[in-house]
Amino acid sequence: MTQSTVTTAGPVASVDPFTPQELERLRSDFPILSTEVNGHRLTYLDSGATSHKPLAVLDAERRYLLSENSAVHRGAHSLAAEATETFENARGTVARFVGADADEIVWSSGATAALNLLAYAISNASLGRGGAAATRFRVGPGDEILVTELEHHANLIPWQELAARTGATLRYVPIDDAGALELDSLDLLITERTKIVAVTHVSNVLGALTPIELFVARARQVGALVVLDACQSAPHLALDLHALDVDFAAFSGHKMLAPTGIGVLYGRRELLNALPPFLTGGSMITTVTMEGAEYLPAPQRFEAGTQPVSQAIALGAAVDYLRATGMDRIAAHEEHLGQRLAAGLSAIDGVRLLGPVAGEFRTGLTSFAVADIHAHDLGQFLDDRGIAVRVGHHCAQPLHRRLGLTSSTRASTYLYSTESEVDEFLAGVADAITFFGVRP
Amino acid sequence: MSTTDLQNLYQEVILDHSRRPHGFGLQPGADSHSHQLNPTCGDEITLELHRDRATDVVTAVRWEGHGCAISQASASLFSGLAEGLTTTEISARIDSFREAMRSRGTVEPDEELLGDAVVLGGVSKYIARVKCAMLAWVAAEDALAKLGA
Repeated sequence: MTQSTVTTAGPVASVDPFTPQELERLRSDFPILSTEVNGHRLTYLDSGATSHKPLAVLDAERRYLLSENSAVHRGAHSLAAEATETFENARGTVARFVGADADEIVWSSGATAALNLLAYAISNASLGRGGAAATRFRVGPGDEILVTELEHHANLIPWQELAARTGATLRYVPIDDAGALELDSLDLLITERTKIVAVTHVSNVLGALTPIELFVARARQVGALVVLDACQSAPHLALDLHALDVDFAAFSGHKMLAPTGIGVLYGRRELLNALPPFLTGGSMITTVTMEGAEYLPAPQRFEAGTQPVSQAIALGAAVDYLRATGMDRIAAHEEHLGQRLAAGLSAIDGVRLLGPVAGEFRTGLTSFAVADIHAHDLGQFLDDRGIAVRVGHHCAQPLHRRLGLTSSTRASTYLYSTESEVDEFLAGVADAITFFGVRP
Repeated sequence: MSTTDLQNLYQEVILDHSRRPHGFGLQPGADSHSHQLNPTCGDEITLELHRDRATDVVTAVRWEGHGCAISQASASLFSGLAEGLTTTEISARIDSFREAMRSRGTVEPDEELLGDAVVLGGVSKYIARVKCAMLAWVAAEDALAKLGA
């Protein structure tokens, strides 16, 4: 398998999409894909919400629970030692997968928990916790936190709340009528007052890739921290966080073949070790007295209480599966499907494709609106054919409002999605327009 | 769901109501109003009641909002049903409609009470859509409560 790095430049595929034979073999690892829904074989185009899990991942979790299950990082018995080793190996596996070191990977229950952890740890630093080392994280009146108008609520509301708690000001990079970030405004928006820049790598609604290097370069000039929402990039593109040079990043396991309940907060080592904890309790301390406590270095400092051990091990197995399949091949496959979706939707009368136009880079994800057909009605029609899509605002209300919509329909692919699934979906959209009588 | 179920869910009368809704557009002089939001899809409705205080009869139900065909048709059907009824009669109809909607297809809507709105009976089998059908009725219930005696 070749390793390459996706930064932001767009189409990276110098390799081919999967052959039909390869795809058939991959699909056989996901038994749920043979499920019947409403009398049709499932056409699952909702992987942006959550992915399916291959047998190898389920087997890894089961194997751990059947033969090693034990409390990690405590106890002296052999099983506990084995469990700890498997658990920490998974951390190393995930770290290598995203171009990080193992001690820069903090487990959390998902990206939402990871981003909240970070925002509350910064909040604690702003209250003076963490001492002199944590002064770099302090935010307060006169300081600014910058997000973008296309963020998922999970990378927006924690920063709104941090601003509200500390007196800092939240600002945002606007998007234009087509949903593209207005990057010309970056130099004006990222200033000496800016302490945190929180931005998504790939929009969960538009499938567009953010040119992160522009954000990082400008943030470096003013000493702001860059937080990356990698939920829609880590599962789909080869990711190298060290190369991207972001300060923090968050992603969720369940969107990348792993179970729910496991996710990651990445932080540069020196930053994590300077940041005060958010959740406190067992397993994150060195010395505790009745007056106070000393904390372990990262990542344990941020992992109070019992961790989702089997889920973390399953995420390690998921990452192994993705590496063995080849992130370059996966990215090429999904880029191909994304273009097929974009071109197909654009060719249907009455469909408004959101985000990059056909031919421009997007991941294997498209959202769109149909004139006079509500997304819920369209989703219901497609469900009747066993086609699973996401309808609603996809946890991005400000983005939809800016585009003049309250909801849209999203079709999102993954490594196991096929051309024929895309085509069935496109035919379904066209037929829905006839069914609901929009087209004369 | 089969295609027949789909056609049952989206009966022509429902699609007609959603395209040419009854009672759409607010009018001055309302006695009570309610704004309701379905947070999962962002659909919303503002519904207003015009009541003759002496007789307790609701003379007009007006509403505005946006949403799926089910929610729009439901608001339209409610508006047509409620006009001319007393607040007590409307409350009884809301309760009856809710019972049918929450029944997962086991309770047929009562045609005597609900009139044309029985065409929404098919919705009750689709748990995810019950909220769409209930939106206007919940708004009406809230507006009735605000009217007081």
